[in-house]
Amino acid sequence: MNTPTARPQGSETPSTAVRTIPVGPSAASAPAARRRPVPWTRLAWVTWRQHRFMLAGVATLLGAMSLYLLYMGLKIHHAYAAMVSCSPGRSPHCQQLASVFDQYWGGGRGSVVQAGGAQEISVLLLVFPVLIGVFAGAPVLARELETGTFRFAWTQGSGRLRWTIAKLVLLAAALTAAAAAFSELFSWYYQPFLAVGRTYEFLPIVFNLRGVDFAAWTLAAFAISAFAGAVIRRTVPAMAASLAAWTVLIVTTMLVLRPHYEAPLILKHSFPGPTAWVLNAAVSPTGNGPITYQPASRFWTFQFIEGGWLLVLALLLGAATIWLVRRRAA
Amino acid sequence: MNVIESAGLGKRYGRTWALRDCTLAIPGGHVVALVGPNGAGKTTLLSMAVGLTTPTAGVIMVLGGDLAGSPDALDRIAFVAQDAPLYGNLPAADMLHLARNLNRRWDQQYAESRLRDLGIPLGRKIGKLSGGQQAQLALTVALARRPDLLVLDEPLAMLDPVARDDFMASVQKAVADDGVSVVLSSHVLAELERMADYLIVLSHGQVQVAGEVEHLLAGHRMLTSLTAEAGQLAGRMHVVHRRLAGAQSQLLIRTTTPAEPAPPGWESRGVGLEELVLAYLRESGAAVMPGLAEVQADTRTEVQA
Repeated sequence: MNTPTARPQGSETPSTAVRTIPVGPSAASAPAARRRPVPWTRLAWVTWRQHRFMLAGVATLLGAMSLYLLYMGLKIHHAYAAMVSCSPGRSPHCQQLASVFDQYWGGGRGSVVQAGGAQEISVLLLVFPVLIGVFAGAPVLARELETGTFRFAWTQGSGRLRWTIAKLVLLAAALTAAAAAFSELFSWYYQPFLAVGRTYEFLPIVFNLRGVDFAAWTLAAFAISAFAGAVIRRTVPAMAASLAAWTVLIVTTMLVLRPHYEAPLILKHSFPGPTAWVLNAAVSPTGNGPITYQPASRFWTFQFIEGGWLLVLALLLGAATIWLVRRRAA
Repeated sequence: MNVIESAGLGKRYGRTWALRDCTLAIPGGHVVALVGPNGAGKTTLLSMAVGLTTPTAGVIMVLGGDLAGSPDALDRIAFVAQDAPLYGNLPAADMLHLARNLNRRWDQQYAESRLRDLGIPLGRKIGKLSGGQQAQLALTVALARRPDLLVLDEPLAMLDPVARDDFMASVQKAVADDGVSVVLSSHVLAELERMADYLIVLSHGQVQVAGEVEHLLAGHRMLTSLTAEAGQLAGRMHVVHRRLAGAQSQLLIRTTTPAEPAPPGWESRGVGLEELVLAYLRESGAAVMPGLAEVQADTRTEVQA
């Protein structure tokens, strides 16, 4: 790796002679053209070295939250098991067990952390994707551009294209994988509440945190932020812009797009089950109007539709970012 | 081999041309000073040469025919941008490691021993080094790539006089040891006069002077007279610039026969580099590019090919 290479060819020739050499690829550069480019593993090291504090921050955030979810999850699952195996159900003992389980949902006395409260936790977790994506994505290019270090980075032998691709792909993959793993843990933690019908899978908050959605929104936040960094070229404004763009996107998705991934079903004279996602909530259950809804069985279809288009969006933004880097004038 | 050559090169930012119709050929094996007033297009030209900026018009090639910015060109050119931007939060040792991982050619031993010689602590964060040390570190990182061409954009602008002197000595040593070709820019010619043996003067985005310092100095004379009329000389000689200093007329002339005695009533002497450059900068219409014609023809063929 650090073998000193041969001295430059031709540079020791007296300058007067040099001038008469005709223009064209020199003999020295011809074999160089066929050498392998800088390996991806080395660019991976560069990515790790420059972004390890951010990655450590993400790992700390998700790690601490995971430990908490694991700890509470064990207690919740234990309380759930005790509750469902208790009989007879109406006995004071069983009622007592049910109320213990209930506390994990609504939260007991004290702070959220002390008392649990899956409801509050899930609301808190909604901002995780954008938090992670923005802090990781915005600086990738914006920091280089605002401090001028891109003049160093983009004139090295690896070339700016490989440098950009390595950083974007590796960071995106690492963050998406971490988010997916975290989301799996959350699903396990949350499962008992779905099982008892405390909440349902299609509820927007729950939908965003389970399946592929959480990871997909993390990836989208990262891609938006990296792109914003390349356009705005300053870290903090790029973060702010990405936060705004991501928020608009997710709110629009939840309110406008998601209900229509598939044509809703309509019931005129009866009600869908408690796990269905009723779209026209304004219609009171006792009223006469038809009820439009998405059945719970469509959960995974909707997950993959949303995950799919977010992946496409991220890929397009990634391509646009690389295009900006390529054509950017210094 | 020409280390940098361009044909009809131009760069426009918005509606302003930073560089326009620039045709030049910089031969290898030189220390080339690229001088010109602020805003003359020096940084733009160098940015295009190292592949940071893409031209709006024309072509720029490096190291004997590689397109600027191509993988091969990047491999063989080391660039230190203005203010020597490096990662301030990294220790010097990690900066070396980073550069090593970004390049195919890298001489770690050279880099480490050079930093040792300079007394730059490997463990210290770059942001905590002095301006002179940062510039030296940037130069080390550039030289450890074992480039064929070293490009330095305003390398001295931020340095104090002692650091300047050290920096120049380092560059000179690299030239002597490795035979690396160097192109460096500055808006202060005096800084470069000592070490440069090839000069390019850029003004308003165009090349005004290009040639070996020795040839340029030999090809110009300064005529002074207290009494004589300049008018009658003008027809017989190539007057670049005419200036009245008090009662004295000064003419900077181009000549192919420097030994020729001065015309009656005039006194002839050699010129200094600085007054030569100043004379050309004051006469925006004048240009001198000895030796450029022959390479121009070659550039054209290359472009068509």
